[in-house]
Amino acid sequence: MTQINVRVDGVTYTDDVEPRTLLVHYLREQLGKVGTVIGCDTSNCGACTVHLDGAAVKSCTVLAVQADGGEVTTIEGLAPEGGGLHPMQKAFHEMHGLQCGYCTPGMIMASVDLLKENPDPSDTEVREGIEGNLCRCTGYQNIVRAVQQAAGEMRGSTNGHASPAEVDTAAAPHVAAQS
Amino acid sequence: MIPAAFAYARPTTVDEALRAVAEGGEDVKIMAGGQSLIPVMRLRLAAPETVVDLTRVAELRGVRDDGDAIVIGAMTTHHDVMTDPLVLQHAPLIAEATETVADRQVRARGTFGGALAHADPAGDLPAVALALDADFVIAGPQGRRTVPASEFFVDYLTTALEEGELLVEIRVPKLAGEWGMRYEKFNRVAQAWSIVAVAAVVRREDGHIAEARIGLTNMGSTPLRASAVEAALAGAEASPETIASAARSAAEGTSPTSDLNAQADYREHLAQVLTRRAVTAAVGL
Amino acid sequence: MTAVEDRATTEAPEREVGKARRRKEDARLITGRTTWTDNMVLPGMLHLAVVRSPVAHGKITSIDVSAAQQAPGVIAVLTGRDVADEQGSIPCAWPVTPDMVNPGHPSIAADEVNHVGEAVAVIVARSKAAAQDAVELVDVDYDLLPAVLDMEEAVAEGAQLTHDHLDSNRSFHFVFDGGEAGTGTDTDEAFSSAEVVVSRRFVQQRLIPAFMEPRSVVVQPQGDNYTMWSSTQVPHILRIMLAMVTGVPEHKLRVVAPDVGGGFGGKLQVTPEEVISLLVARRLGKPVKWTETRSESLMTAHHGRDQIQYIDIAADREGNVKGLRCRILADMGAYLRLVSPGVPVLGAFMFNGIYKFPAYRFECDGVFTNKVPTDAYRGAGRPEATFAVERIMDELAVELGMDPLELRRKNWIGAEEFPFTSVAGMTYDSGDYEAATQQALELFGYDELRAEQQRRRESNDPVQLGIGVSTFTEMCGLAPSRVLGSLSYGAGGWEHASIRMLPTGKVEVVSGATPHGQGHETAWSQLVADRLGVPFEDIEVLHGDTSVSPRGLDTYGSRSLVVGGAAVVNAAEKVVAKARRVAAHLLEASEDDLDFSGGKFAVRGTPGSEVSIQEIALATFAAHNFPEGMEPSIDADATFDPENFSFPHGTHLCAMEVDTETGMVKIRKYACVDDVGTIVNPLIVEGQIHGGLAQGIAQALFEEAVYDADGNLTTGSFVDYLVPSAADLPHFDTGNTVHEAPGNPIGAKGVGEAGTIASTPAVVNAALDAVRHLGVRDIRMPLTPERVWRALQDGGDGGDRATAGTNAYGGAQTETTAGVSTPQSALGGDR
Repeated sequence: MTQINVRVDGVTYTDDVEPRTLLVHYLREQLGKVGTVIGCDTSNCGACTVHLDGAAVKSCTVLAVQADGGEVTTIEGLAPEGGGLHPMQKAFHEMHGLQCGYCTPGMIMASVDLLKENPDPSDTEVREGIEGNLCRCTGYQNIVRAVQQAAGEMRGSTNGHASPAEVDTAAAPHVAAQS
Repeated sequence: MIPAAFAYARPTTVDEALRAVAEGGEDVKIMAGGQSLIPVMRLRLAAPETVVDLTRVAELRGVRDDGDAIVIGAMTTHHDVMTDPLVLQHAPLIAEATETVADRQVRARGTFGGALAHADPAGDLPAVALALDADFVIAGPQGRRTVPASEFFVDYLTTALEEGELLVEIRVPKLAGEWGMRYEKFNRVAQAWSIVAVAAVVRREDGHIAEARIGLTNMGSTPLRASAVEAALAGAEASPETIASAARSAAEGTSPTSDLNAQADYREHLAQVLTRRAVTAAVGL
Repeated sequence: MTAVEDRATTEAPEREVGKARRRKEDARLITGRTTWTDNMVLPGMLHLAVVRSPVAHGKITSIDVSAAQQAPGVIAVLTGRDVADEQGSIPCAWPVTPDMVNPGHPSIAADEVNHVGEAVAVIVARSKAAAQDAVELVDVDYDLLPAVLDMEEAVAEGAQLTHDHLDSNRSFHFVFDGGEAGTGTDTDEAFSSAEVVVSRRFVQQRLIPAFMEPRSVVVQPQGDNYTMWSSTQVPHILRIMLAMVTGVPEHKLRVVAPDVGGGFGGKLQVTPEEVISLLVARRLGKPVKWTETRSESLMTAHHGRDQIQYIDIAADREGNVKGLRCRILADMGAYLRLVSPGVPVLGAFMFNGIYKFPAYRFECDGVFTNKVPTDAYRGAGRPEATFAVERIMDELAVELGMDPLELRRKNWIGAEEFPFTSVAGMTYDSGDYEAATQQALELFGYDELRAEQQRRRESNDPVQLGIGVSTFTEMCGLAPSRVLGSLSYGAGGWEHASIRMLPTGKVEVVSGATPHGQGHETAWSQLVADRLGVPFEDIEVLHGDTSVSPRGLDTYGSRSLVVGGAAVVNAAEKVVAKARRVAAHLLEASEDDLDFSGGKFAVRGTPGSEVSIQEIALATFAAHNFPEGMEPSIDADATFDPENFSFPHGTHLCAMEVDTETGMVKIRKYACVDDVGTIVNPLIVEGQIHGGLAQGIAQALFEEAVYDADGNLTTGSFVDYLVPSAADLPHFDTGNTVHEAPGNPIGAKGVGEAGTIASTPAVVNAALDAVRHLGVRDIRMPLTPERVWRALQDGGDGGDRATAGTNAYGGAQTETTAGVSTPQSALGGDR
């Protein structure tokens, strides 16, 4: 067992861990931070993405001992203190960027990280920026919209790139027939 | 899955690291960014007795100017390599290839030296190091030695690193003259390893190709130089026809494997197409 | 009691159905406040790890568990023999023919293993790590038997056997013949008199559902009761089946599907691991958990598709289709799971598509091989059928020198012909194929793309462009119970709902449909808000727990809204009817004089005399002043059993760039117009289409479960089983036409599978259209660059892929959680 000190979502913890304990297992099983999930064993799916010392990492491919002295932010600590949602969380909701929601915490954490580096990404840049996160439900289009919407909000403007309004088909002109 | 249990050492200097490796027992694994080693341990394809984690060895991180070369610390992350001004100025090929490695999360942890020491034939950086004639500085119990890229990659996942040794830095010579570079990677999905890739480094002089260095990814158990292409291009006119003609020898001397993504003959074909494209782009046509 | 807030509004609330409501489900999912099964921790909980067979076919000659039993933290190790008397057989609910052969499916193999990854023992330990460590200590000896891996060889004379104790590899032979059924003319006659016959062999490769949340089970014993939490699509079916298999009485068993991270048919199953978990919990009296790893999931959770299709189409020279003949080999894998045999049979009624074939015959052999069983995967039977007919229509068009769209137009059912009884005996409910096609062509920019295609051909551009069409229909809303009965399915197809009017005016909707990402909580709230006139926010939808929602048949086959939603609507109507009686009493009026609008009953012609349904809920709770003889409840239940399927349709168009030098294909544009009937929530409908498209495109381009010559799954991790990322998929342009489904009170047809079913042939047709002029006739899925290149080289279909996994992670694909690993330990460093 090795002792580690780690700050997770604003709280400092001192714990003994086995060296082989993965960061994601430490978060889920020792801290009860079950918002971060595991989707694969080869570092492909990104479901376990958290921020470690400010950068998005796959917490299934980091040992808990490696986070010693570090600062971790998970999906549970992303929202501003005192409630409310992070703009990325809001945008995923607003743009229907999730269905089953399993990939969502990782997807949101990776997207937030992307915007730190590129605050106004194009469609292609978003798609490439989240290439390390797999989603099986959405086909990604609404995730791309969400990331761009959040980017708009975070830049302080309201002119996000995309709006789901175009899918309001109830009375849309392209509804060809209603028998 | 959870890795099998192991002893863990976290040195903060190269000397400490060498000691930890020496004292680690029969089966020691040196962990750089861990982005290949941890999955392999999770799958229990590797179950080392001791893991020596280099992430706290600060002296192994960063890129510095050393006169006729830039020197990349082995533990410099892919992210830091890609965005480093010295790399972008003197070896943009490295940045271009590094951008294609895995995904941003992996690039935040994975390291330049780790990728080279892993020597995965499908990895992108070994062929680039080979094309740039990089030198590998290795530290061991007996001190340091330097191995040229042409001798560093020995076999599948095997390098010139001896037991007890560490890769500490990679010296990439600055190139004098008018050089163009291109990394052409071919894969099926964005985050995947290369099926085949070609690193081309070309010096132009008076409308001719004065010198060309072509590194091939995943065309054998180690990265390879396409020597026949290099010879055909040396001194040749920088025209689409000469490049196309030279690129047809790209698969000479290679021994690619057959797997889910490609059988050997298709890899040989890809090497030719990608070499033509990489050289054409590097030449600036 | 005056808990009901005053609602001063007099206007009827805006209609909820049709509104792009943001989902109620999201609040917990975007903040990580979720209840995935693996999150659950119970006092004293033990962890399971499954020891799995590394061989595809063999006799177990001995198992030595002594070392594992003595390993630190290990509580017990159980083998197939230890549970032989109590484990029964994994159930198959769909005996598609009276003489179907079912070899029996032990949860833990006792004598013989029949696929790599089959369970041979289970470790029970105090921690997950301890359980996994001990897996490697179980020593199993096998006498190897030949592995049957190729379906065509498996049905040939003298084939090796998948199961030692069976006579052949055939499970069943199912036939539907339109001539015999009286729904069409004689097929042989149609073919013998035809001017043109085109025959093709298509391969539907094996796929893996690859839901993002790995499967997980927790079982808690409480006296003689058991609660199981499972990442399942089908808690109700699971409960019944577990009771039948294990003998735990149904009323002593509660099954809960908490938040479930996707299913796509892959969690429509009763799994060996669920049975094992229950058996271990019963035996030890302790709570247990099993959570799989991804490689375990890819290797052992059921797979999908895997058919070889021999398709013949007959037509005259003018392009009028005359007949369709389909012979199918459907790979069952080693065992029959819940609906394995039913999957190809569901397709039997759809191969004719939207076309007016006068004659149709379908024959299917279910074939055993030494691979993991197949079962439902998004579309289940209908993607296979749609692919075959949409591909063969293109082949016929080529043969006739006709435009593929013109050929389709000439043969599809006209809008004025609905309802239309197909040659397979299905009554297509509503639609307009021309309207959807016109709209799709506009969305797509068809003429410009055709012009560009022409330019690229003429200039001999190395990157060629092709356009693919798929005009499809599918049967949704599984299913009319009587039809299921006629197909020998073991259960009905109804769905149940109940509505509870709470005293404070809030509403609980209990649904037997069990969502795992579809957004039922939102859509059901919209349905109920309209019917009851209560605010969307005042409605809570409960589901997925057999003690909360006691009756249900769960979620699959695009049935939830069409069947489950219909039950919700009918229950709401019953609530309104009961409330009307209370309102009449309270307002001292006749029921006939009451109008119900915007949640209020008002006496016609008497302004100001009104009472809201939420007030009535409180009055019902108090029951002080209630109609004589009426029991004090306005709650209601409804069970909806549809009379017919519903038939969504649509036109999908794909433009594909093919790099003829490398074989790389890239979707340039994708547009589709789907008619899924009434749209309850356009946001959710669009999301379902997008996700469906991604999976259908992935079948065409990326995904394939590949076994090597020894029966090892070499696409055993996400390194080699290629689920596409955002960077690998295009933008989709989507639209809708709306023709209400007449068979349910909502008018919805179902949307969960449409995108998947329609897109695969559109993509393949597009790639072929790009390179047909270069001599390519077919390319097998997935269209790997290598296959495209080979087809361009030699005119074949691209051929077999090499089966070796890539060398990433040192050949991670050979890993099994049985601890059977390659001796690859010379690794270090990083990618």
